[in-house]
Amino acid sequence: MSAATIVTLPDQSTARIPKMNFLTKENGLLSWLLTGDHKRIATLYLISITFFFFIGGSLAALIRLELLTPQTSLMAADTYNKVFSMHGLIMVFFFLVPSVPATIGNFVIPMMVGAKDLALPKINLLSWYLYIIAGGMMIYTMASGGVDTGWTFTTPLSTHYLNTNVVSAALAVFVAGFSSIFTGLNFIVTIHKMRCPGMTWFRLPLFVWSTYAASLLMVLGTPVLAITLTLVGLERIFHIGVFDPAFGGDPLLFQHLFWFYSHPAVYIMILPGMAVISEVVSTFSRKRVFGYTAVAFSSVAIAVFAFFVWAHHMFIMGISNYSALIFSLLTMLVAVPSAIKIFNWTFTMYKGSITFETPMLYAIGFMGLFTIGGLTGVFLGSTGTDIHLTETYFIVAHFHFVMVGGMLMAFLSGIHFWWPKWTGRMYPEKISQLAALTTFIGFNFTFFPQFILGMLGMPRRYAAYPPEFQALNVFSTAGASILGVGYLLPILYLTWSLKYGAVAGDNPWQATGLEWQTQSPPLTENFVEIPIMDHEAYDYDWLEKQNPARQQEKEVA
Amino acid sequence: MSDSTATANSAVAEARHEHPSYQRHHFESVAQQFDATNFAMWLFLLTEIMFFGGLFASYLIMRNWYYPAFVEGSHQLKIGWGTANTAVLIVSSFTMAMSVWSAQMRRKGALLLFLGLTFLLGVTFLGIKYIEWHEKWVKHHVPGFHWSEQSFLDPQSDPEVYTEYHDKPLAPDMAQKTQEYFFLYFAMTGMHALHMVIGVGLLVYLFIRARTGAYTNGHFTFVENFGLYWHFVDIIWIFLFPLLYLISRY
Repeated sequence: MSAATIVTLPDQSTARIPKMNFLTKENGLLSWLLTGDHKRIATLYLISITFFFFIGGSLAALIRLELLTPQTSLMAADTYNKVFSMHGLIMVFFFLVPSVPATIGNFVIPMMVGAKDLALPKINLLSWYLYIIAGGMMIYTMASGGVDTGWTFTTPLSTHYLNTNVVSAALAVFVAGFSSIFTGLNFIVTIHKMRCPGMTWFRLPLFVWSTYAASLLMVLGTPVLAITLTLVGLERIFHIGVFDPAFGGDPLLFQHLFWFYSHPAVYIMILPGMAVISEVVSTFSRKRVFGYTAVAFSSVAIAVFAFFVWAHHMFIMGISNYSALIFSLLTMLVAVPSAIKIFNWTFTMYKGSITFETPMLYAIGFMGLFTIGGLTGVFLGSTGTDIHLTETYFIVAHFHFVMVGGMLMAFLSGIHFWWPKWTGRMYPEKISQLAALTTFIGFNFTFFPQFILGMLGMPRRYAAYPPEFQALNVFSTAGASILGVGYLLPILYLTWSLKYGAVAGDNPWQATGLEWQTQSPPLTENFVEIPIMDHEAYDYDWLEKQNPARQQEKEVA
Repeated sequence: MSDSTATANSAVAEARHEHPSYQRHHFESVAQQFDATNFAMWLFLLTEIMFFGGLFASYLIMRNWYYPAFVEGSHQLKIGWGTANTAVLIVSSFTMAMSVWSAQMRRKGALLLFLGLTFLLGVTFLGIKYIEWHEKWVKHHVPGFHWSEQSFLDPQSDPEVYTEYHDKPLAPDMAQKTQEYFFLYFAMTGMHALHMVIGVGLLVYLFIRARTGAYTNGHFTFVENFGLYWHFVDIIWIFLFPLLYLISRY
């Protein structure tokens, strides 16, 4: 790793964190619990989703421990079913869906568009409370025996054949869904109506475009999940409904309705990750994002395509060959806008002045792992290979490459990138670079063997497996322990940095977004006065011109 | 020197510039505040459409599959009550529109009158809905709770409906599918009624606040947005009425 760095910190002997900022404005628990400030709500979200991430992560550790041996040695098979179901439910609905939008998005979007707050601060707070209520219900579900439907609530398994807490789990997801609807709604309104003077659509940072696309999916998709789970709940309680074949209902209808949300949900999870990567790649390459317009529209294209591919989850469920064919084609088309993004980030780096600070390391990790995850998605989108690979560990490896290798990497990238803005202090660079590498290596050790296991035919969702698969499973479990270290490290050093980190100053990365043109941590109102956007996004020349002006100001002062 | 003083003074004046008390601090102007909240309401209604969309999709699929069961199930509904309720809701949409107009015109008396009328019409709708549901209960047409297929296996045992439609007996497996019709009937009208209950509750809140003059001082955003919600719930019914009551009449 070269010593080259773009980090420009103020003189540490004189630098101080500004006395007046959003963290110090008011004190006391109530000032946090009743806040309307998007930055405080983002902080509340950050703490809560980290909590759920570690619950979900511990469950993942239990899964990998159980799979160390071919027999069911650690837990009974039905306990294993509950463990992987809870892992899926918590990670999908309580970590991945709210991760970047509700924390980083909440924190930066109003600043990026040059507003004082999101358009609906009370709705924003309400969305956090709904999240907490839903989380409480999920913990209740877990404490009172768990649920073993998988995260997909498959009918009629979920409605008739299980005695676990399906209703409370469905209710928890229902409420969490409304939390996500309100977040998405708030973003769309803010991006439409709260932009500062001069902030045209094509001057918006690409973070905003991508989050906007994800918000559209939240607003249009999540209600369908809500009604579907309501129907599952009614069917389970009253033993009558539209999904039960015994009364003439149709289990396939459930699959259609469920995946109508849950496939777009995949893009709800990944688009905000892509949002982070656009910012990070540009900043650490010192170049405007290559093909800004193409990247912006590719986000919207992903959002549109996302609604027309759901049936690729159902190729083995007896849908007609013709619809399988069309859904297969449409699925492959989604690869186009995704590839546009990857190519454009790569071209952004081409001939850029690249430095390898931690956010950039995670971003590069994202680009590699997401590409593998995305391309294996094309395998699974073709009807023939899908029938061979579906319900095997190939699927598990595929979506973990996208969700963990992609989204989680992007989340960590974003957390490190905006950490100085959020707290006013830098994280320790060397150890965090080490954590980024550990995560990358651990991740590949954990999930790459699962591609091979899937090709060999190891089915997912079983506690036991034939002994010949053991070597690769041991590999995977060993990798998971490295991955675990990679996730624990940031918790430790980021907490450490809250007190001992170097003072970051306004703009340690010399980035161009409006959020970097205000103090760190920002004021409650974000800006002293509403900014006027008079340049394009990612205009590093503009930034260079600003610097001499600031120098002069300081000299005069 | 004098220039900078003038600038400073105008900055102070800017800071002291009186905003209406109802303008929230993070908005630049009242117009922006109205635009943003109004747009948010439209988006929320979009999510509501998707929410009901799942029910409508299920209904259309099931109806296509079990056509005879859905026809005879539909014959059990009283068109008179359905028409009355449709009329009640349309009139309530008119009174709601008049409420918004009164708020805009800052006429407190008219606002209270029309909000009150809307409330009464909303309650009337729920009352009629209760009568209809109660009738289903009495006739054992509540699937999962109080159910019998007698009316469909032997339509003549139900003379009131039989004299009007002369339905033929359904085969036992098709008669069983009428449960799907009534399940969807209760799910759809129940979800709609839940929205009505929320609306009626909000009307009480609006009425109380309107008495203090909260909406007749130029800040009518909440009345306007509630009006959008009320019309939306009305429109959902406009789709439910033909799908559940009228479609199988002839």
